[in-house]
Amino acid sequence: MFELLGIPPQALFGQLLLGLINGAFYAMLSLGLAVIFGLLNVINFTHGAQYMMGAFAAWMLLEWVGVPYWGALIIVPVLIGATGILLEKLFLKRLYHLDHLYGLLLTFGLALIIEGLFRKQFGSSGLPYPNPLPGGTRLDFMFLPNYRAWVVVASLVLCFGTWFMIERTKLGSYLRAAVERPDLVQAFGINVPRMITLTYGFGVGLAALAGVLAAPIYNVNPVMGSNLIIIVFAVVVIGGMGSILGAIITGFALGIIEGLTKVFYPEASNTVIFIIMAIVLMVKPAGLFGTPK
Amino acid sequence: MRFKSLLVTTAAVLAAGAANAQMSDGVIKIGVMNDQSGLYADVSGPGGTWAAKKAVEDYGAAAKGLKVEVVFADHQNKPDVGSNIARQWYDVDKVDVIVDVPTSSVALAINQITKEKNKVFLGSGPATADLTGPACTPNTVHWTYDTWALANGTGKAIVDTGGKSWFFLTADYAFGHALERDTKAVVEANGGKVLGAVRTPFPGTDFSSFLLQAQASKAQIIGLANAGGDTINSIKQASEFGIVEGGQKLAGMLMFDTDIHALGLKTAQGLNFTTAWYWDANDNNRAFAKDFSAANGGKYPTMVHAGIYSAVIHYLKAVEALKSDADGAKVVAKMKELPSDDKLFGKGTVREDGRHMHDMYLVEVKKPAESKKPWDYLTVKKTIPAAQAFRPLKDGNCPLVKKS
Repeated sequence: MFELLGIPPQALFGQLLLGLINGAFYAMLSLGLAVIFGLLNVINFTHGAQYMMGAFAAWMLLEWVGVPYWGALIIVPVLIGATGILLEKLFLKRLYHLDHLYGLLLTFGLALIIEGLFRKQFGSSGLPYPNPLPGGTRLDFMFLPNYRAWVVVASLVLCFGTWFMIERTKLGSYLRAAVERPDLVQAFGINVPRMITLTYGFGVGLAALAGVLAAPIYNVNPVMGSNLIIIVFAVVVIGGMGSILGAIITGFALGIIEGLTKVFYPEASNTVIFIIMAIVLMVKPAGLFGTPK
Repeated sequence: MRFKSLLVTTAAVLAAGAANAQMSDGVIKIGVMNDQSGLYADVSGPGGTWAAKKAVEDYGAAAKGLKVEVVFADHQNKPDVGSNIARQWYDVDKVDVIVDVPTSSVALAINQITKEKNKVFLGSGPATADLTGPACTPNTVHWTYDTWALANGTGKAIVDTGGKSWFFLTADYAFGHALERDTKAVVEANGGKVLGAVRTPFPGTDFSSFLLQAQASKAQIIGLANAGGDTINSIKQASEFGIVEGGQKLAGMLMFDTDIHALGLKTAQGLNFTTAWYWDANDNNRAFAKDFSAANGGKYPTMVHAGIYSAVIHYLKAVEALKSDADGAKVVAKMKELPSDDKLFGKGTVREDGRHMHDMYLVEVKKPAESKKPWDYLTVKKTIPAAQAFRPLKDGNCPLVKKS
């Protein structure tokens, strides 16, 4: 059957695996977006910029302080998450009672400013970040770089962990309850505003972590976030706004579909996701895993 | 009342014009148009504006009684955005000459509009050799490099050293297509073979899938018919996927110093490519680079920056000789008549088809240990004399060139 498509099965497996790796990034980023939208009702357009900040923070830690990749993996999400908390405290907090559109405009504006500042400082070509796990394994059908394998594993763990925390733990149930009825939850003595702030910080931290993971693969570059964010938004829309499981599954699935498009019709590989988005919106406007309100 | 003030203004404008009768509206207005913020911004971008201003200053325009103004705009690598800016500049803002314009698709659009409005287009950033080929006009000068020169310089050098079979990763727009076409011709003319090509969406970030296809083709050479961020990511990911270790070689068909900077020497070492200008080649270049770096946050100039500088100097020379900037075709004709000479590109000529003729250089990226100072990245391996560096006049199919 594979030969019918004009592609030997070996090559096809290779491309599927690559698609999975790209899907890992889509999943990680859309996960953060879904958490933030699901729990805060904010469409966080700064997400791409925060992903980029994560990559840059990793680079700065390495070049200026000498902290290696594995250290950055822990420090950067905390650091950038903290900037997220600051952002929420200073700006976003004031917009919760308004239409989504205001949050979107604010975060979009901030994203442009942040990107502009980084571009001014570091230029647009980007900076090199060494691969912490060089080498790879020669599989039957392709050469699998160690680092990419690590990214897939890390992403799966991260996605599952986040989903488990929100859907299956007590803390998660507080969060979900606070979204439904903040007044009631507050009455039980839970500090809802703080919980919301921390959730935003967590979502931003996820973006930053994805940025650190991306740094050795893509060039650390001020526009790396804006290249990705549009696709990630499409992923979230397809999965269903705010659906965490939806974001994860769609992220991986679209990575694979995109990977296959790169083999059969490369010219369309950057549009295929939007075609799928249009179809999904026509058939199921709330997204594949979303619940119509 | 309004009518009266309008009359007064008109009179004032006419008076100003009379004092400076030669120049349209009294000012030579240079519009630098390029990518100010995207993936090609380091290749020219804000530094390009600086280079144009520097040329005006070094030419001593003010002392020679020429009033020159430099404006700039961001075309975002989109032909429609670029076209709108060009029309606005020519029709409303009285811009006389558009300079730079990287991104071939945008450059081809500006090329046509410039001819329509009879202004001048000095291309430093664009690559497509079509600007002096089928799309050539009496109003365009293509200054710094082109796809034919890159293909001829790098492609020939690689085929000559045994790289006979090729596979291309091609940026899917005018530039990539032209570069692939010209390189393919050179490879085949020198006894090589092209096994295949994949067209990658522009701009891209993940090239691993395309690289794997290139790997599967078993070609000796993977030709990167792309530029800027696309090239950087292709090379970086090729090293990650063990493509170079596997015995295949990469050929960056268009590379800039800024790309090497972004890749780091460890990844980029050993790459061969063709360039029109290198900052560390002589004292004049070094002095220019020093000034450039001081004014542009420590970045170093690329060949596109140097080309802008050189082209603007030659343009001003032609306008000064003509004592007029009003008729774009006449200015370009003058530029073709006068020999060009400036401190960065040295002596050169502008050919009938609008091609600026100068030497090109085949360079190799240094090993990390050989790099002694910041931005010390390249060794010049070979100088390609102007006569051989560019496409022979008769092969270009430029309608301006009379067939004998």
